[in-house]
Amino acid sequence: MDFFFNLPLWVQISLKGLAAIAVIFPIAGACSLAERKVSAWIQGRPGPSRALPFWIAWVPVIAPIMQKLGLFHLMADGGKLLFKEDPIPGHVNKFYFVLAPIVAVIPALTTIVFVPFGGYIDQAGQIIPLILANLDIGLLGVFAISSLGVYSLILAGWASNSKYPFLGGVRASAQLISYELSMTLSVLPVFLWINAPGQPGTLSLAKVVEFQSQPGFWGGAWFVFLMPISAFVFLVALFAETNRQPFDMPESEADLVGGFHTEYGSFKWSLFFVAEYAHMTVGSGIFVLLFLGGWNPLPWVPLEMVVGWLSGLGAWATHPAFVGVLSVLIFLAKVLFFIFFFMWVRWTLPRFRYDQVMKIGWQKLLPLAIANVIVYAIAIAFID
Amino acid sequence: MSDTYFYIFAAITVASALAVVFKRNTVGASLAFLLSLCGVAGLFLQLDAQLLAVLLVLVYAGAVVALFLFIIMLLNMQGGDRPVFKKMTIVSSTIAGALLLTGVYLLAKRPELARLPEAGQPASVLLDLKIYGAKLFTTYLLPVQVVGFLLLIAMLGVIVLSKKFEGLEDVK
Amino acid sequence: MAVIEVERKPLTLAERTYIPQILSGLKTTWKHLVAPTVTMKYPEERPPIPPGYRGVPTLVKDPNGREKCVSCQLCEFVCPPKAIRITPGEIPPDSEYAHVEKAPQEFEIDMLRCIYCGLCQEVCPEEAIWLQTQYSTSGYTRAEMVNNKKKLYELGGTLPDQHFKWDKKKAAEEHGNVH
Repeated sequence: MDFFFNLPLWVQISLKGLAAIAVIFPIAGACSLAERKVSAWIQGRPGPSRALPFWIAWVPVIAPIMQKLGLFHLMADGGKLLFKEDPIPGHVNKFYFVLAPIVAVIPALTTIVFVPFGGYIDQAGQIIPLILANLDIGLLGVFAISSLGVYSLILAGWASNSKYPFLGGVRASAQLISYELSMTLSVLPVFLWINAPGQPGTLSLAKVVEFQSQPGFWGGAWFVFLMPISAFVFLVALFAETNRQPFDMPESEADLVGGFHTEYGSFKWSLFFVAEYAHMTVGSGIFVLLFLGGWNPLPWVPLEMVVGWLSGLGAWATHPAFVGVLSVLIFLAKVLFFIFFFMWVRWTLPRFRYDQVMKIGWQKLLPLAIANVIVYAIAIAFID
Repeated sequence: MSDTYFYIFAAITVASALAVVFKRNTVGASLAFLLSLCGVAGLFLQLDAQLLAVLLVLVYAGAVVALFLFIIMLLNMQGGDRPVFKKMTIVSSTIAGALLLTGVYLLAKRPELARLPEAGQPASVLLDLKIYGAKLFTTYLLPVQVVGFLLLIAMLGVIVLSKKFEGLEDVK
Repeated sequence: MAVIEVERKPLTLAERTYIPQILSGLKTTWKHLVAPTVTMKYPEERPPIPPGYRGVPTLVKDPNGREKCVSCQLCEFVCPPKAIRITPGEIPPDSEYAHVEKAPQEFEIDMLRCIYCGLCQEVCPEEAIWLQTQYSTSGYTRAEMVNNKKKLYELGGTLPDQHFKWDKKKAAEEHGNVH
């Protein structure tokens, strides 16, 4: 432990960043397998359940379970995508064609620095959030960086120099801009609520969680109960921003072949998907932090209370390492549920038509978000 | 160290701003503009203006340039073979550039500049945002309203110019 | 004209928000998610074959081990995709089955052409060609996909026979009342 803190600052920061990437990258990769499995179960199929490498086949109980869950298909898929030939079609704009997947991955993995993914309790009983960059601008940072992700789709669509990817790129740019407005407006009530007059203003996500873990009925209530409309608008906009069904206009296999990634293959193609799943993971994380109490296990049951109960069992329960791991696990469980929810919705709903997407974004969601902000602004003004 | 960062970001900003002007490929020019904005955001970060940097990236880099690209792609604008600069453009831009440089030079030579108070850290970084908002809605309310009004006029102008008012002779 | 005008009701507010529909859809998919899978793991589990199934056409022998085909070539003529090719041959006079008219010298069914229509089975006067239960054929070359006579009998095996037509005919001949 001391060894770590004696390292130069930039080494510490890089190590922390690499650790966070080492978590989110496999999650994003595993999501592709989860997607296959969830789609299979919903359609009454067993899904991928064949691959079994010989060096683990002899293990009695675990190996068949892993085989049935298709865990080795993840390795097989990854290996295939890494090693198969990576063609660049002759008619593309090579520089931007190669740039697009890189631009896709960088913002997707960078946003994680603004997301607090757990917390521990220090000696003073204060919750210290586990976060890579504890900036005041937290949420704005996430929005800013993730809004750069749209360029990968636009670039990919444009550089492919063919019709369907081009249409996908045009759709992506219009759709992502449209829903960004509703998304930003939908979180305003949350920050109006926590930035009550007389307190220091903040956009930090950790503060939002802190606010949801106060004692009392109103303090302990998660914001999803206090502001259901905000949560709903945010969730719908999140679906649109991450290009998930029913909003996956840029891809829409039915009418655009593969959309922006039609001309891509093997590793570059897989990078787009890692980026999409990473966006999904971070987006679900932010939804959990804003509206579902972050690392608090249940509404009206904050983490401190659980640690208080456990501390009767021994001193280990209050150790920062234990509390930190516990909070990260609770948070991850909620995020994973949301990733599952994304997939569940994907395999339930048909895709909207493009004009419907625009109509919902501008004529339904945006007025709803604005009305929501006004109502909460008035209500908060009256309460204060 | 911070000097090095300044030079890096300044070089990115200036080089990509030049690329915006000289690139013939419209999409490439827009992307150079994006890079230039990111460089400016980096410079803002150097000045501890995190909010400004983030808003610049969020609004300009995230949305405005994406809109530019959307329009370019929608209208399928190509650079074409026309000369980059017409004679008129060269003359006018030279004059404008000279004026701008003179203005910057005069501003830099002003004696007050040397005596500007240290910007100093805000009392707390956490207070930054709130102070910013409060200033915007009290001290600088008039400029905000004026800018908003300007945008409204621009929007109305676009609607009038682009919409075909059939059967409405008086509007024409 | 039997046209029934159905009055189209305007959508209610709940229907226009689309949310109850989404929730009921999610409920449906959830039911399928927890329900057991309906697919079968094919090479390990095989589907039950219903009676009357038309699988790969095969040639069969009668219970005495005699090949039933008499190479009348009706199946060859009736076969819509012309998958069957028969080379007729004589039965040597010293054979046990010399009383039978003829036998195929070679009998080939091209499984790349066969459309499993079952006309050959229907037309066969000797009940010698049967579409049985095998449904999966594969091979690496085109030549491999042509079933020759040996292969056809291997696939067909022996089927029970009610008539023993040629034995009856021989017995009648020996009793002298050939009609």
